Amino acid sequence: MKNDHRPINVNPSDLMAFAWPLSAIASITHRIAGVVLFAGIAFGLYALDMSLSSAAGFDTLKGMLNSPLGMFITWGLLSALAYHFVAGIKHLMLDMEIGDTLEGSKFAARTTMLVSAILIFLAAVWVVQS
Amino acid sequence: MVTQVTSFSRNGLSDFIVQRVTAYILAAYTVVLVGWLLVHGDLSYAEWQGLFAQTWMQIFTLLALLSTCAHAWIGMWTIGTDYIREHYFGPGADGIRLIYQVVCILALASYLIWGIKILWGN
Repeated sequence: MKNDHRPINVNPSDLMAFAWPLSAIASITHRIAGVVLFAGIAFGLYALDMSLSSAAGFDTLKGMLNSPLGMFITWGLLSALAYHFVAGIKHLMLDMEIGDTLEGSKFAARTTMLVSAILIFLAAVWVVQS
Repeated sequence: MVTQVTSFSRNGLSDFIVQRVTAYILAAYTVVLVGWLLVHGDLSYAEWQGLFAQTWMQIFTLLALLSTCAHAWIGMWTIGTDYIREHYFGPGADGIRLIYQVVCILALASYLIWGIKILWGN
């Protein structure tokens, strides 16, 4: 028996009709942060290449990282890394069946948001003062 | 059983395990590198160059880079197969997804070669 009304696709226009519990926001943010990091590796390798090329290259990079744009990119990538790291640990804990109840997932999503917000703030402090 | 020839290991369970193992490696690398940078405030070129001249750091960095390639491929593959589908992209979806996947592979392969060159080429 074929059920033709079985929903198998979600249209982007339906997205706003959903309830967006914090655990769903935590999940999609993990994905977005992963894509940001995928592109961000290019910046990381560029910086590593320059920093290890010579003492002059190291100093040039230090100057670039202390410019407003350099600080913003560094902070942005550190933020994506911090979030992906924290949400990733949530995932690894789920593998161990920690926080896989409804209440547990609500708590885990709130904790992920809180801890990553603190780390993102600390990253800003680190980037600005170093 | 439906198998996806473009998945990392052509096996979903194996991909799942690879995603986890590489996650642990990348988490460890992140903690070590950020921790090292926090301890060495106002870093000098000699300190930094000395860190990456050590064999353990070169191995750890290459391991992290290889982990990045596998981890990012599985993640980007998942995103591509989730969203780049006929329902959203029309009949050309398979072609668009293939191009997307080739771009991802080329980027990750370039990252790997670039990283090896940085570690041992300079």
